[in-house]
Amino acid sequence: MRTNVKTKVKTKKKKSVYSILLNLFFVALSIIMLYPFYYVVIMSFANATATAKHVPYLLPYVIDLTGYKTIFNDSSFFRAFGVSIFVTVVGVCINMVLSVTGAYVLSKKKLLGRNFFLTLILFTMLFSGGLVPSYLNIKNLGLINTVWSMILPTGISTYYMIIMKNYFTSLPESLEEAAKLDGANSFVILTKIIIPISMPFMATFALFYAVERWNEWYNAMLYINVKAYQPLQIYLREILISLSNQLASQAQVMAGKTSKVLSTTVQMACIVVTMVPILCVYPFVQKHFVKGVMVGGLKE
Amino acid sequence: MAKKNKAGRLTLPQAKRRIHDDALLYIMLIPVLAWYIVFCYVPMSGITLAFRNYTFNGGIWGSPWVGLANFQKMFSDTEFIRAVKNTLILGVGGIIFQMPCAILLAILINELRGKWSKKFFQTVVTFPHFISWVVLSGILVNLFSSTGIVNQVLNSLGFASIEPLTTPGPFRWFIWLTNIWKEVGWDSIIYLAAITSIDPGLYEAAEVDGAGRLQKIWHITLPGIKPTIVIMLIMAVGSLMSNGRFDQIYNMYSATVYSTADTLDTYIFRETFTTGALNFGYSTAIGLFKSVIGVILITVSNKICTALGEQGLF
Repeated sequence: MRTNVKTKVKTKKKKSVYSILLNLFFVALSIIMLYPFYYVVIMSFANATATAKHVPYLLPYVIDLTGYKTIFNDSSFFRAFGVSIFVTVVGVCINMVLSVTGAYVLSKKKLLGRNFFLTLILFTMLFSGGLVPSYLNIKNLGLINTVWSMILPTGISTYYMIIMKNYFTSLPESLEEAAKLDGANSFVILTKIIIPISMPFMATFALFYAVERWNEWYNAMLYINVKAYQPLQIYLREILISLSNQLASQAQVMAGKTSKVLSTTVQMACIVVTMVPILCVYPFVQKHFVKGVMVGGLKE
Repeated sequence: MAKKNKAGRLTLPQAKRRIHDDALLYIMLIPVLAWYIVFCYVPMSGITLAFRNYTFNGGIWGSPWVGLANFQKMFSDTEFIRAVKNTLILGVGGIIFQMPCAILLAILINELRGKWSKKFFQTVVTFPHFISWVVLSGILVNLFSSTGIVNQVLNSLGFASIEPLTTPGPFRWFIWLTNIWKEVGWDSIIYLAAITSIDPGLYEAAEVDGAGRLQKIWHITLPGIKPTIVIMLIMAVGSLMSNGRFDQIYNMYSATVYSTADTLDTYIFRETFTTGALNFGYSTAIGLFKSVIGVILITVSNKICTALGEQGLF
């Protein structure tokens, strides 16, 4: 009896040491994960005097808003922000309509030609035309320098659509049967029964798409070469690459003679502003993302 | 397939009736198929450019044929050879370093007991996945520049400066490590899902037998998630040629590190857009080469895995 208690205490002690070490490891890992973001935030509030005084710059020694003021005084920032919002909202709507209808139709095992359609779609995951043919295609369609060049080429993510298809297949058929007996057609069944009961699942994929559309820069770089349609990511890219443009001089004027503003500060402020939408939404929807990946593991 | 054999071949009127019954489904599928045709299959037909010498007036269909000239040029192009080499090194290294990290992280997250801490740490480690490489490169270039905070700290501790962004050798490691930093949390989710679906009874039985923590991981957890590992491996090998690194490399590399950083994707991009339209045929040929090797890689790795008795992708 006594020895039993003793070993129990011992294992408990061993366990707690283990769990402390484990938690310490995760604290360290979290610092590595988050430190770069923390640094960006404190730098976005810094100025030249403070960064010269404190090397390395580890704490938010000053709160100087010049970086943000410079960004918010730039009219092309708001234009780029607007473009990104438009691309995200309209893009996600198109993404969802196409992928949900596609996934639903392809989940019908009795559909004649289903295997042919599936092969046709899956083949595009393995093989693509490549950069030049895609570029010429967009050019021939007359989409160069329009917002649609950032929305239409990414209209469907085959991978997400297949996951959705597998999910629809896993729903019990009895769900539809009653409605079918009442004479409802496929479209009504999809919009009135299937989508409402799959709301959390739909939300997950809308979020996946939203992040992709918000982070969109590749198509914009290829197909957009006028300022009016540049999304935020491209605006940021230009600021990161060359701050020698008018924005820098603007910043100097705004900062006045008292504090010299750093070009880095403006860059970091712009990074923060670009991340803010994701930063605001992410902690609350993280579990949906995790769920989405887990559903992806479903096999037909 | 099996279903069809059982039911026998469809007669034409039967097929007609079924299509008629499902007419609405087909109509719903039209926009989806139209998208695939316009944005995937039409560009695919543009691959003929690989066998042409692109001229601006001729376009895809009117440019003169040159046979295999583009491919001949490819194999005598040292920059192309270098790009193939870099793509493979970065890709294979990525698999070797990143997969074990993700699996290990999943195992460790699973070991966390507190519900709150599990959720919190998982939220933290998956965060960088959602930020674009444009933003992340902006951050990393700032951190690791010659006057950045990393070097400030190193110098103040008496160490020499590091410049991974401008030295070819370290740049490779920089690419591997920053990609692990961004994706390891995200990658671990799929393994974590596999771990949580392992029968807890197995662990209890092992505990009764006196198995230690490591033994349980080695004999239960790892075999339990092996199918997932195999699938992820096949997919990773399949995307070796275009390992999704374009965003990462393009936003961080410079001419000084081309010798280790220039991959097929970045090379194709530069050939296409910085040397002008004259090279369209040539870069299409490189793109075709890349796609074909990609298809071969995924088919072969899938074959090998199924031959070894694992469940493959297809």
